[in-house]
Amino acid sequence: MTISSTVKDVGKDEQKAITGVKLTEQQMRARRARSIAIAISLGVLVILFYIVTLVKGPAVLMRPL
Amino acid sequence: MSATLVRVEPSIAGVGDYLELMKPRVMSLVVFTAFVGLMVAPVHMHPVIGLTALICIAVGAGAAGALNMWYDADIDARMARTASRPIPAGRIAPGEALAFGVTLAIGSVVVLGLLVNPLAAALLAVTIAFYVLIYTMWLKRRTPHNIVVGGAAGALPPAIGWAAATGSVAVEPILLFLIIFFWTPPHFWALSLYRVGDYARAGVPMLPVVAGEAETRRQIVLYSLLLAPLSAAPWVLGYAGALYGVVALVAGALLVVLALRVLAEQGSEAESRHLASKRLFAFSIFYLFLVFAVLLVDGLAANPIARIAA
Repeated sequence: MTISSTVKDVGKDEQKAITGVKLTEQQMRARRARSIAIAISLGVLVILFYIVTLVKGPAVLMRPL
Repeated sequence: MSATLVRVEPSIAGVGDYLELMKPRVMSLVVFTAFVGLMVAPVHMHPVIGLTALICIAVGAGAAGALNMWYDADIDARMARTASRPIPAGRIAPGEALAFGVTLAIGSVVVLGLLVNPLAAALLAVTIAFYVLIYTMWLKRRTPHNIVVGGAAGALPPAIGWAAATGSVAVEPILLFLIIFFWTPPHFWALSLYRVGDYARAGVPMLPVVAGEAETRRQIVLYSLLLAPLSAAPWVLGYAGALYGVVALVAGALLVVLALRVLAEQGSEAESRHLASKRLFAFSIFYLFLVFAVLLVDGLAANPIARIAA
């Protein structure tokens, strides 16, 4: 093995490392579904804190009907 | 210094797998009993705060379920009933389930403490810890009394609901706790009677595996005899009306009859033995739902204006 070919091989390895893990179609779909579920959960949590603040904080939702 | 690289396949777990990890059927009974505890409490509670409490209790119960599935994945893999759960089936990695469970457990307790009250949050934390540490990690694999003591975790939700509404604990939620506590052994032992092979294979020392089926049948009758009058106690002590008292006594009597049938089937053909156990198991679920539903209706009937205003 010559020095130049070793350098070339190292270059290929680096390229592989940069490419990283390739997800399959199924893995990508599953990841997207999980991400959406996490986003919805966080959104619900934000809305919950907002509404409870209105109820317990300034109590604007505690007016008599 | 050397490092070992472990190649982990990217997850294919879907949202449904994570929901399954939260044991939705157990969660529904937990939420229902907590809801009854919350509604029978003699205070006005804003519906948003009540809903927040129920969401936190549901998520906390789900977290406990996920942590149970994480720890018991080896047992689940050996039992027909549980082999298709997300971890033994390979859809979710154990580490993912652990992280999911811990995150939800901490999140549900913190949110309940911040948005509802600290006592309810403390009770939820105790419930999760009891279920995971005392029942799952300590008792389940060591003693046939696992589900007797562990039943305390499943019995706490009405007290959490009550505490969420009132900020305190009283005799009434303790009675509700005791009803579920004494309901748990006959419920699970009825199941274990027709799944005894599964439990034996998995090395779980359920009562029929350790003490035999005859002893289990006797214990089922004893606990049912304790449960029937106990479930009428809210009426006897004046916390519920006659409607509840009558339903609790009739349903309790039916439970005892089914338990006696399980005892009477001792020594008969496997098919009829299993049928009696299955009937008791199915009725026990209906029994708990009925008792709590009537308690709720009875409470609403006794004080409808206050409840609606709440």
